[in-house]
Amino acid sequence: MVATYETKTDYKVIGSSPIRHDGLDKVTGRAIYGGDVKVPGLIWGDVLRSPHSHARIKSIDTSAAKAMDGVFAVLTHADFPKADERVISAGEDTVDLQRDQANIMADSKVHYKGHVVAAVAAVDRNTAEEAAQAIKVEYELLSPVSDVDTAMADDAPIILESLVGDHLGESVPNTNIAKIFRHEFGDVDDAFANSDIVIERTVEMSMIHQGYIEPHNATAIWAEDGQLTVWSSTQGSFGVRSQTAGLLGIPESRVKVNYVEIGGGFGGKTKVYFAPIAALLSRASGGRPVKFVMDRSSVFEASGPAPGGKVRMKIGVNRDGKITAADTDLILEAGGFPGSAVGAAAICVFACYDLPVSRITGYDIVVNKPKSAAYRAPGSPQASFAIETVIDEICDELGIDKIKFRLDNAAHEGTRRGDGVQFIRVGLEECLVAAQESDHWKSPLGDAPDGRARGRGIASAYWMNGGGKSTCDLMLQDDGTVMMNEGSADIGGTRTSIAMQAAEVLGIPVEDFHPSIPDTDSIGFTGVTGGSRTTYTTGLAAYNAAQKLVIELKGRVADLWETEVGNVEFADGTFTANGDSIGIQELAGKLDPTGGPATSTSSVNLAEAGNAYGVHICDLEVDLATGKTDVIRYTAIQDVGKAVHPQYAEGQIQGGAVQGIGWALNEEYFITDDGAMANKSFLDYRMPTSLDMPMIDTIMVEVPNPLHPYGVRGVGEVPICPPLSAATQAVKQATGKAYYELPVKPARILEALNGD
Amino acid sequence: MATVFLPYALRKYADGAEQVEVAASTLGELVDNLEAAYPGTKHHLVVDGALKPGLAAIVGHLATRRGLLQKLDPDVEVHFITAISGG
Repeated sequence: MVATYETKTDYKVIGSSPIRHDGLDKVTGRAIYGGDVKVPGLIWGDVLRSPHSHARIKSIDTSAAKAMDGVFAVLTHADFPKADERVISAGEDTVDLQRDQANIMADSKVHYKGHVVAAVAAVDRNTAEEAAQAIKVEYELLSPVSDVDTAMADDAPIILESLVGDHLGESVPNTNIAKIFRHEFGDVDDAFANSDIVIERTVEMSMIHQGYIEPHNATAIWAEDGQLTVWSSTQGSFGVRSQTAGLLGIPESRVKVNYVEIGGGFGGKTKVYFAPIAALLSRASGGRPVKFVMDRSSVFEASGPAPGGKVRMKIGVNRDGKITAADTDLILEAGGFPGSAVGAAAICVFACYDLPVSRITGYDIVVNKPKSAAYRAPGSPQASFAIETVIDEICDELGIDKIKFRLDNAAHEGTRRGDGVQFIRVGLEECLVAAQESDHWKSPLGDAPDGRARGRGIASAYWMNGGGKSTCDLMLQDDGTVMMNEGSADIGGTRTSIAMQAAEVLGIPVEDFHPSIPDTDSIGFTGVTGGSRTTYTTGLAAYNAAQKLVIELKGRVADLWETEVGNVEFADGTFTANGDSIGIQELAGKLDPTGGPATSTSSVNLAEAGNAYGVHICDLEVDLATGKTDVIRYTAIQDVGKAVHPQYAEGQIQGGAVQGIGWALNEEYFITDDGAMANKSFLDYRMPTSLDMPMIDTIMVEVPNPLHPYGVRGVGEVPICPPLSAATQAVKQATGKAYYELPVKPARILEALNGD
Repeated sequence: MATVFLPYALRKYADGAEQVEVAASTLGELVDNLEAAYPGTKHHLVVDGALKPGLAAIVGHLATRRGLLQKLDPDVEVHFITAISGG
């Protein structure tokens, strides 16, 4: 059974915005990140990366590196334990043993420029770098496959020769198409034939990067007793444990991962790159701790970005503005090994609309680019861009208000997603109404200065949010404060948003909580901080642990007052029975004679998370001489269920919106003819900064999630999705030209303007 | 009877049907009974006695965390979709 809740509405802690517990350490530089890890006897690792995007490895000569002074060990793929050809479940993720091994260190071929070929451990960082560069590799160069069209061509060079594609359930060898799958309900072709208007477009988008500030890093000690200890910047310590153990062929119980603070992830820090390599080098170096820190260009070239690709989108409507049919092909780049976000894209693509019939076909395409990884609502931004581009054209064609059209066709409780699953209570209609009533939507766009033009765009999007496994432990201390251990990496203030949920139950100020994130030996399994799951899922574990603590304390109170436990009541932080009362923090100092410390723990494994919707409005100006765009007003409306910590929820929405605007207007992997990324630095990979953006206004709509006692929904993912189309449609309105390829960068705008 | 929304790739085993009715009290029993009625379906769903890694079963509205042990209410709908992790 799945619990559903009558949502609480009167709060003392939930809905306030206290200062985060880790704030002082982070602003003063005391917080320990992966790059700060120092262990006695520390040595450094470095890697040799492929200069080619597609090549066969003919030979590797490590003799010169091994002979260098200060070098302890050299590693190639041959030093990894032989992996079985299988996929294992690892925590909440899967590990393809052979392919993930081959991704972190190439075996017979390199699949992208920057692919690791060999690694060394040496006395210091410079020596390690010098030794890595001394390794000689002989390559047989192969034609690079840099986009989905090239990869899907009949005569395409095959990148992963062992791949047997799954094409709608049929096994297909010699292909770069790792998977074709379909969700189809109803007679789609007949519905199109009976539609008044059918619009079909194909949109394209480049691979882009999450752009987290802190690069990947790992330190590992593989001691003589077989115990492996790891420090690594990650969104989930248990994910590092699972993947590292899986790729090294050892039990997870032999791996301990210490939590370190994380300087941004956005999905990109859910996969391991260095930990297994550092472990093997540590073992080969006599158990010395080995540390890796990735350089920025390698972060771009070789750690998982968001997939580019193309999406064909066909929508049919009647003259009265009701959608009659929808059909799409989602074709996303997996990168050098299978596994793009196309599955999630397929779930999200039609989720804003109540469709009578639909067909979704997904393609997972191997190309000579880094293996893609998650990035905020993985797959949904690409899907949202495609459908919202066509919806915008339909509204123009019909002459219908763009919010009214969306309201007339909006998904609601009972609507089936494109994959057939039915929605519980969702808040898209409430978001659209809030957009309709917003000052932004009601305000005129205004006139642009000479030489510039203004436009407004609007778009909606969906993310299903995540549940899964989390653990939280509580201990009431003698002084009335609460020690809280929980397993979620804290990226966006989740220590505080989790503690607030326990504080609400206990009636203790959240400032009296001491939240910690211990190592994987010291807390129950907790999934990755991702999928907008943490405040919801680990927060629910904290809520449950607090409820258990109250039950424990009622027994203690009954003991103290020599009454039956059934006579003890608890409300607003105070226990009462038979006319007596005592506050929970006062009680904390009287617990010793009743059985010592009062503790509780809760682990949850949640089936679902309650869905999230966002609607964004973007006003921007275009410089008609240069094509430069400036966002001048932006409003993000989102159903947050219940904002536990409104300031952090707003920050998530604003951050996601800015990343989405960058995706729409500037960011791209610029790939040269030889398959290399030309713009592998923050100087050339142009992400928006605070200087580029206006204040992102937010409107938080609260439609309580029935799966959570406080109505919480995840907030971090969906805000990156609508900007891709909202900003693009704003440029369309400003310039009178439609854009079907991202980013809508100045050169592309000028090309459109000058094409008359 | 549970209503199974067949993944597209499995519909060929059921004459193209989008949905089929299957009597079962657990998800494991449902997979077995589905195989009995529509041979060829099981190996798409189960490996080594568990749901395939990367596959999620939606029972009612919710992705079950109990795998093949999940109990099924009468008349519940069941979907098999790709498991999703987020960013």
